Amino acid sequence: MADNPYLRVLGAQVRSQAQYRASFALDLVTATVLAAVDVGAIFMLFRVTKTLGGFAWTEIILITALSVVAFSFADGLVGEIERLKTYVRTGLLDTVLLRPLSALGQLLVLDFASRRLGRMLQALVFYGVALVVAPVVWTPGAVLLAVLAPIAGAVFFGSLFVVFASLAFWWVESGDVGNAFTYGGRDFTNYPTTMFGGWFRGLFAYGLGFAFVAYLPALALLGRSDPLGVPDPLRWLSPVVALLALLFARTVWRAGLRRYGSTGS
Amino acid sequence: MIIETRGLRKDFTVRKKVGRFRRESVTVPAVDGVDLAIDRGELLGYIGPNGAGKSTTLKILTGIMTPSAGEVTVCGLRPVPQRTTLARRIGSVFGQRSQLWWDLPLRDSFDLLRHVYRVPPAEHAARLKRCRALLDLDEFLDTPVRQLSLGQRMRGEITASLLHGPEVLFLDEPTIGLDVMSKQAVRGFLAELGAAGDTTIVLTTHDLADIEKLCERLVVIDHGRVVHDGSLEALHDRYDSRRGIVADLEAPWPAGLVIPGARVVEVDGSRVRLEVDGATVGEVVGRLAAVVALRDLSVVEPEIEDVIAKLYGGA
Repeated sequence: MADNPYLRVLGAQVRSQAQYRASFALDLVTATVLAAVDVGAIFMLFRVTKTLGGFAWTEIILITALSVVAFSFADGLVGEIERLKTYVRTGLLDTVLLRPLSALGQLLVLDFASRRLGRMLQALVFYGVALVVAPVVWTPGAVLLAVLAPIAGAVFFGSLFVVFASLAFWWVESGDVGNAFTYGGRDFTNYPTTMFGGWFRGLFAYGLGFAFVAYLPALALLGRSDPLGVPDPLRWLSPVVALLALLFARTVWRAGLRRYGSTGS
Repeated sequence: MIIETRGLRKDFTVRKKVGRFRRESVTVPAVDGVDLAIDRGELLGYIGPNGAGKSTTLKILTGIMTPSAGEVTVCGLRPVPQRTTLARRIGSVFGQRSQLWWDLPLRDSFDLLRHVYRVPPAEHAARLKRCRALLDLDEFLDTPVRQLSLGQRMRGEITASLLHGPEVLFLDEPTIGLDVMSKQAVRGFLAELGAAGDTTIVLTTHDLADIEKLCERLVVIDHGRVVHDGSLEALHDRYDSRRGIVADLEAPWPAGLVIPGARVVEVDGSRVRLEVDGATVGEVVGRLAAVVALRDLSVVEPEIEDVIAKLYGGA
């Protein structure tokens, strides 16, 4: 395990960042404050109303926690892939391609930002608290889903990061287009979909699949049905949707690499 | 053949502005039908003006870029589909792009590369020891890469590219921007590596001293096509660059004197410049000494600058 080349490169990355101690500490503090603000903002709403979109705060906390765990792990482990556009522009991707390792694997470990570890840890604690506070109906299926859903959510967001980063292969100046969907998606998954209206809900929840990150698995854990009539079995399908997203991301990434091979930077 | 290409071609699509709003796609060949056959152990200089297609060729040979047409094998492998397998058997130094970890001591990069390439510790240690001795790495082995001078970093890059014992080493302008001492260190090391004979070296450069001191064989490329493939001497022959003799005589040059196998280029009182043509330098000096009294004599080697300039000028 210790001889795994990816882990070695990851270790080097962490050591490199530790060279800039002040910046490292500052990043950690910033991340903590931002996380607190994020979660705090949602609970501010409950000073005004007892329920949101037909859900009590003890139920909302579970949805938010699932969303936070999924996003912070995806963002922490895969989010830096958005730097791909810099790599394409500067030709650093060539160096990556000259090594006998997978290109995506290398980019993920090369850009690993250890400061985000703090955020992931906070998310896990938050999720643990939410599972205790929320009225979860503990069945064997629920236990399994409680473990799988955050992983599936992280895979889903991670795939999204890869897909949008891959745009750089076709369009180097792809800028921040992806953020509308990744960060926008995170904000969407923080709340029950019942809070949103019309075509927007349809597009984000089911067109793009964000309902599968937190809302639907939370319904399953809470033993509730969707007030809008989404069939109950769909509540359990997050891992399947995550797998589909992963396959899609892999296809786009590979097409992107092929494109890079035929055009260069 | 360790490297073989046939009809290698790479087209780029460039969008050109036509009129005020319309844009037109134009296909430009960067590499236009290159045939190469490189034997194991050769040290080959791949030269040409900027934009001639040198870097594109290297990118194709290393598996970074897919050719538009033609065949290519390196170490018996097809570079793009077998990229990771090939990566273990080739090394590369692309002048401007570092393969080292910027914020870590040089030593750490070497250690990481051992894991990346999965090199057995004993082999790695032996190769590193050799590079440390030949490239004088010891004084900056513990310095973070970002603090190294360009010359030190380049020595580090070359070491990094060799630690997994590659069969082929690709170098894209390894001496660019280096000071004289570092250039000599790098050149001397490459000459020794080439002489050892188990590493094939393909090197692009604009540095004429690199070409003269290192390359037994030159492939000159211009506008994506090979315009010369052979030794430096063959290049001189082909472009008619001749060795010259400058002689100082005891008396003024006798007007109308003819020396077989040489041509008089310039006479300035008792100093004459001859161009050797159709004889050896020794024969010409002998004939000269037989008919005039010599005070001093020097042989002038042809300037490779001139030859290359002729080549690049499309002459």
